Amino acid sequence: MSLIKTTYNRRSFLKASAVAGGGMVLGFSWLASCTPTQEEIMAMPEEWFDINAFLKIGDNGVVTIMSPNPEIGQNVKTSMPMIIAEELDVSWDNVIVEQAGLNTENFRRQLAGGSQSIRQGWESLRMAGATARRMLLEAAAKQWEVPVGELTTNEGLISHEKSGQTIGYGEIASAAAEVTVPEEIELKDPKDFKIIGTDRLNVDGPKIAKGEPLFGLDVQEEGMLIAMIEHPPAFGMKIKSVDADAVKAMPGIKDVFTINIAPEGIEQQWSDRNNVFNDLVAIVGNSTWEVMKAKKALNVEWEAESSLESSDDHEATLSDLVSQKADPARRDGNPEAAFRDADEVIERTYSAPFLAHNTMEPMNFYANVTADKAELKGPIQTPEFLRKTAAALLGMEEDKVSVMMTRMGGGFGRRLYGNFGLEATLISKQAGAPVKLVYTREDDMSQGTYRPDYKVVYRAALDADKNLTAIHVRGAGTHGSPVFANRFPAGTVDNYLAENHRKESNISTGAWRAPRSNFIAGAEQSFLDEVAEAMGKDPIELRLELFDRAIKDPVGERNDYDAERYAGVLKLVKEKSGWGQDMAGVYRGVSAYYCHNSYVAQVLDVEMVDNKPKVKKVWCAVDCGIVVNPIAAKNQIEGGIVDGIGHAMYSGLTFKDGAPEQTNYDKYRLIRHSEAPAEIEVFFVDNGIDPTGLGEPSLPPIMAALANAMAKATGERLYTQPFVSSQAVLG
Amino acid sequence: MAIFNLKINGENHQVDVDPESPTLWVLRDHVKLVGTKYGCGIGQCGACTIHIDGQAMRSCSLPISAVADKSITTIEGLSKKGDHPLQKAWIEHDVPQCGYCQAGQIMNAASLLNNNPNPSDADIDAAMNGNICRCGTYVRIKAAIKTAANS
Ligand code: FES
Ligand code: FES
Repeated sequence: MSLIKTTYNRRSFLKASAVAGGGMVLGFSWLASCTPTQEEIMAMPEEWFDINAFLKIGDNGVVTIMSPNPEIGQNVKTSMPMIIAEELDVSWDNVIVEQAGLNTENFRRQLAGGSQSIRQGWESLRMAGATARRMLLEAAAKQWEVPVGELTTNEGLISHEKSGQTIGYGEIASAAAEVTVPEEIELKDPKDFKIIGTDRLNVDGPKIAKGEPLFGLDVQEEGMLIAMIEHPPAFGMKIKSVDADAVKAMPGIKDVFTINIAPEGIEQQWSDRNNVFNDLVAIVGNSTWEVMKAKKALNVEWEAESSLESSDDHEATLSDLVSQKADPARRDGNPEAAFRDADEVIERTYSAPFLAHNTMEPMNFYANVTADKAELKGPIQTPEFLRKTAAALLGMEEDKVSVMMTRMGGGFGRRLYGNFGLEATLISKQAGAPVKLVYTREDDMSQGTYRPDYKVVYRAALDADKNLTAIHVRGAGTHGSPVFANRFPAGTVDNYLAENHRKESNISTGAWRAPRSNFIAGAEQSFLDEVAEAMGKDPIELRLELFDRAIKDPVGERNDYDAERYAGVLKLVKEKSGWGQDMAGVYRGVSAYYCHNSYVAQVLDVEMVDNKPKVKKVWCAVDCGIVVNPIAAKNQIEGGIVDGIGHAMYSGLTFKDGAPEQTNYDKYRLIRHSEAPAEIEVFFVDNGIDPTGLGEPSLPPIMAALANAMAKATGERLYTQPFVSSQAVLG
Repeated sequence: MAIFNLKINGENHQVDVDPESPTLWVLRDHVKLVGTKYGCGIGQCGACTIHIDGQAMRSCSLPISAVADKSITTIEGLSKKGDHPLQKAWIEHDVPQCGYCQAGQIMNAASLLNNNPNPSDADIDAAMNGNICRCGTYVRIKAAIKTAANS
């Protein structure tokens, strides 16, 4: 057991109070030791949030644990309460999980993003459980007049061995509510964990399988109208005029009007600033179909207010940028000399298009704005920011605006940006009725906040003995370069240069699952494969040699990774996959990457089926510290792998005159059943380190494992995503 | 507008709607059965899959006038207690991530098993290819379908 100081502001942030009918309610609002600034949040979404917890013990011993963070399919609604239940020492069977609404008094920073919910919540969730357990123990000790140190707990039962007395949590909960919150609490030794590290099924699983209403789009309220928006068809355009008369007369249509979610003088949150379509037409009516029909019939005249960009222009600009020098983001040794003196220089260029998030559940939100308050409900990763801007738009105090989070039909970063919540708010206000705003798939895919388009050039210098003497990377992308200057391979070569270019654009971009990593990992790890080939080395051996250098004699001061943990996952996947043995008809690629504080290494096997390459199996080693819920953790890893293969292979959003050329799944390809790997095997490194991110880290490296295996299978290297568009054989 | 008498999950419902209205929106907005999901509206994603006389159909592309005299089954009516072998297998394999596509996946798989009680991997791929899962739960879906087929 470890003793830990409870790090909260006692008076304002922790409340213990008896609730009606007995029982104890504990509300926590932990202060994180380091709170990132808004700027840091924007620049570095991996380092985000504090977290909070809330639990309620019934007099029958049943425990309700509030899950404070939004659930986007990363399974925090199960895994966060597991952590509380562990330290509280209750049977998981007696736990009910409820989604908490936005409540900044009880909780702080209820956010989902950057794979940080568990990492940031780990200690505070444990404290929430342990503090409650301690208060129950103290109440029992007082009642029995025995020293608290003589008491033990087991699955919701307190025992005093000497006297043979026992009492259930439910029976003592009400007395426990009167106990002073302890200054110090004991946390369990991870060795003694009974819930953490065991498979626990998704708490919403049965409801999902039965089709029960869980999602924002499922919200139904008394008197609720349906609303849709019409945004400009192209980036760089705005509304010129709206001819709404004919549409207003259509059956079921209540009103048509324009809204502006970013008027002058209203303070925006960081989550609002990426949005470009702030002036919109809103259509309100009785039913979804009637509003959809009206939307189709609506006559809006648009006009250009800035340039109308096309993918060809973007391609040309990015190519131009990566051919030009930039201020070094990092420079070690003398890379220029190393390249000048090189015996061989390998240079490769990688690029990838814009991507839409394409959450399966399109954007939507429910709002009910009345004269003195507003009720908002829906799928949002950043409820607190939504409330701030909504309150500002309505001219209301924040405490008059409530936000309830529904289960989200996917996020992938899109629901960090709550424009749809603000739109619903203003539409409800104007319509004077509760409304549910619903995006069509086309609205959703053409709305923006895309994964930016990227291009990167890698160069490697080899000397006459085929030693790697220098690496140079130069990246460019819309609204920022994809290159992380201090990540691997920085630190592993004497001469290293990283340069970044930024391209401006009126196409809006935003965080998309594993921002920047989702492109650069694939490029870097594909490049390394070719470098290994040129050096005559096994690709895993080359990587291990580089990590070895970074462990023993790292180059430079600031290397943002732990080379031992990196090497650890690579060795694990090497062993598990039986790397190195010849398997007839199997073509293998390897890749490793570090992001969101976790390490992942993968081997991917391709076989040729009917002359087409087919992904048969993926072997994946992960070091994300302690795994809270293995069955769900594996699901996240598998999902990231399928997602990464799918987007590298099939997906892309292109533009013509400012308008996306793909607005639905007939043209925008997403990976399908038959294209997914037949098998994925996941191995976790067991090292007892506090847990780190899981939702994102398996996606970035798989793009290179795929490309490297495909190169073996087809004899052609892949440089341009989506791969299907660059190689006919893949189509 | 026109009156339609619908048989949904064994119960009769009367609705007064535009005959062109896709079955999906009649189910969701008028009958208040929201288990059937909207994903694309053009028959490309499978989120809206229901059964018409036992066969999987995309309710987003099916005008209500075309199904008025047919028997409609939605995810809410697949089993009385949510204990269809596929629903049980889905829970056991912990298939869902976000969960949004899963009603459509289950309904499509149920129709597959009705027609082919012991599908091969290739059969599953062929039958399920119209159902997108953006979260990438395909490997588990396949495993769950096999478990259900064997039960
Ligand atoms: S919503 Fe019907 S197939 Fe996508
Ligand atoms: S579980 Fe999220 S779309 Fe399938």
